[in-house]
Amino acid sequence: MSARTLTAADVAATVTDPELPMLTLAELGIIRDVTESAEGVVVTITPTYSGCPAMEAIRADLLTALREAGFERAEVRTALAPAWTTDWISESGRAKLAEAGIAPPGPAPRRAAGPVPLTLGVRDDGVACPRCAHPRTERITAFSATACRELRRCPACREPFEHVKAI
Amino acid sequence: MSFDDAYHSLTDHDDDARWAYGTGFADPLAGVPTALPEGVDRADLAAYCLMLGDDALVMSHRLQQWITRAPEIEDELAVANIGLDLLGQARLLLTRAGEAEGAGRGEDELAYLRDPGDFRNVWLAERADADFGQLVARLLVFSTWRLALLDRLATSGDPVLAAIAAKGVKEVSYHREYAAGWVVRLGDGTDLSHARMQAAIDAVWPLTGELFAPHPTELRLAEQGVAVDPSELRDEFDGVLTEVLRVATLGRPTVPAGPAPGRGRDGVHGDELTEILDEMQGLARATPGGAW
Repeated sequence: MSARTLTAADVAATVTDPELPMLTLAELGIIRDVTESAEGVVVTITPTYSGCPAMEAIRADLLTALREAGFERAEVRTALAPAWTTDWISESGRAKLAEAGIAPPGPAPRRAAGPVPLTLGVRDDGVACPRCAHPRTERITAFSATACRELRRCPACREPFEHVKAI
Repeated sequence: MSFDDAYHSLTDHDDDARWAYGTGFADPLAGVPTALPEGVDRADLAAYCLMLGDDALVMSHRLQQWITRAPEIEDELAVANIGLDLLGQARLLLTRAGEAEGAGRGEDELAYLRDPGDFRNVWLAERADADFGQLVARLLVFSTWRLALLDRLATSGDPVLAAIAAKGVKEVSYHREYAAGWVVRLGDGTDLSHARMQAAIDAVWPLTGELFAPHPTELRLAEQGVAVDPSELRDEFDGVLTEVLRVATLGRPTVPAGPAPGRGRDGVHGDELTEILDEMQGLARATPGGAW
């Protein structure tokens, strides 16, 4: 066993997301808990989307990183509740997204009591262009290369860009 | 991991973890407490999880069949992502069904090794789409109904079902918005697109009756605060559909919405489900126990 200079929590926090590799799992806000005991390390994560294939890779990356840091016995567990929200993406995570040309999410929608409100037509969701900072941009499609992102375009600089949807 | 070269980033690993296709995944409920709510019948809870899981699994497969066939790449991405969300919901629900059943079956056994008569999905989920209009009509009806259902299920007495539902609400809200957007665009479009969108809504409408007809299992579990009685979803569903059809300048279908033509909750299905399962299960059944 190699000498450990970091805690298991430090190691887990620095693993990056496979689909958004500029973000660590800590910045993405999916690490709920890391415990070390005689039985080994238990990392509890919360899935971003029910079907996100990156979760499988994230589990494997966590176990690999922990093993390389000297934590031979480790386990990754899932916490479903409370459901992940983009509000858990940290300030540094948002800055890194913007730097990579991906508009960070706004505040997650707050619901009044009653049914989920229906949105029809164009809505101004206040997403600024990550390239030229133009304050109003338009949605091309609500789904992009991954479930968590949508495609938009800027009417000022004419560039298309991705945006992490607020959920 | 290299961020500049997608191919390199896929191949610079010495393990198989990147290849997230096929069977043999990690349990999606790993670490989630498996205890069942007190007083709830195991078989009932398993059957109910199968109903909601099969709806998602079969609908997801129909959506996947649109990949490479959608009119625009943006819609290809959208339909693929919606299918992926539903597949994720199906994995969680089938895993929960297996836990409730207590016979050692996991998501793979339940998805790949059951015959059509053991599937509990509604007929709406298995219906093949004749054109893109029917796809968005079916998706609007499915997601409006499922969103109303999951929203109520988020307070279920089964904490696992409640958590799966709460997550699903966020996802299905986007699915409904996508479908409604296309129904409005095509309905309030050209004469041709209007006529075809109306025909698509009319074609899907007879399948809506089944969505609100409660199964005895649902009623027993609803009584215990675990399930949702689907007849309670009708008002919310009607309100949303009325609004979408109004903005889309479409008429409410004159064809009757019931009595339900299908009895999918009892395992009675059309040939369309057999065709889906032949495709979905073929490889897994040809290589028993194989993982890839």
